[in-house]
Amino acid sequence: MTGAFPSPYGGQVPVLRIGDVLLVTLQGDLHDGTAEQLQQDVSEAAADSRVKGVVIDLSGVEMVDSFLGRVLSDIAAKTRLLAAETVVAGMRPAVAITLVELGLTLPGLRTALSSDEALRLLGEASISPRHGRTRQESP
Amino acid sequence: MQTAGGVSACLPIHSDLDLVWVRQHVRQAAAQLGFGLVAQTKLVTAASELARNTLVHGGGGQMACAPVSRGGVPGLRLAFSDEGPGIPDLEQALRDGYTSGEGLGMGLGGARRLVHEFAIDSRPGSGTTVTVTSWVSGPPRPREEK
Ligand SMILES: Nc1ncnc2c1ncn2[C@@H]1O[C@H](COP(=O)(O)OP(=O)(O)O)[C@@H](O)[C@H]1O
Ligand SMILES: [Mg+2]
Repeated sequence: MTGAFPSPYGGQVPVLRIGDVLLVTLQGDLHDGTAEQLQQDVSEAAADSRVKGVVIDLSGVEMVDSFLGRVLSDIAAKTRLLAAETVVAGMRPAVAITLVELGLTLPGLRTALSSDEALRLLGEASISPRHGRTRQESP
Repeated sequence: MQTAGGVSACLPIHSDLDLVWVRQHVRQAAAQLGFGLVAQTKLVTAASELARNTLVHGGGGQMACAPVSRGGVPGLRLAFSDEGPGIPDLEQALRDGYTSGEGLGMGLGGARRLVHEFAIDSRPGSGTTVTVTSWVSGPPRPREEK
């Protein structure tokens, strides 16, 4: 298996591999079925390729309800079993505010402002045991 | 949906694809009435929770969407109804974390927090209607408590 994973869910949610990280970009309004399929695909892809992290880019998502929230938490939980970490990137402010009021806390999910930042976050975290790679970029 | 003209609508809720139409309609109707982005997002999220309950717990039903106005303030009213089993214990159903199925149990209580007015009419055996209303510039004035 190489770079991009085939999308049995009709190509609606591409799962890309960047180095040791899976990048999932969600767009628009997901059907429940698509979201559930995504959950399965991401955990399979993470297991197959021994990734260090999963980045879920939510910048194109206009709403997260408790269904999608649970899908995201489940992805994080499954990914953690594989010793990898999930970072949710680019959540829109209106979505974040609404999630808080809805009462969802999304346990196990780290957040980042953008998928670039998320990739950096995972890169640094996974490289830490080795000396001499503490390259810091100023924000 | 391209029907930029319509706020009033009655949409069926019988599949998860219908949930997508419900969300799109509520978004478009709220935008048209002048709700800001955060307020739109809250309404759409509440609608998504309630429509999913109609589908999953109520066995399907519909959403009626209508513009309302009080004291010159425009608002949006959404009624989600089904002819399912009804909710035997409302207090329990509204409690955060309670689910009779496999959900997170945050939908009903969460939706109540996301709107200005919230009412449930449900009797065991004769279905459930949840009606929510939000106003473009906050609740007009707290005259009567539910
Ligand atoms: N339309 C409905 N018909 C019957 N029961 C409902 C309906 N809506 C909600 N309920 C009941 O209220 C509970 C809580 O709803 P909710 O907070 O949305 O949690 P969830 O949907 O995750 O179970 C449901 O588990 C169900 O028992
Ligand atoms: Mg629910």
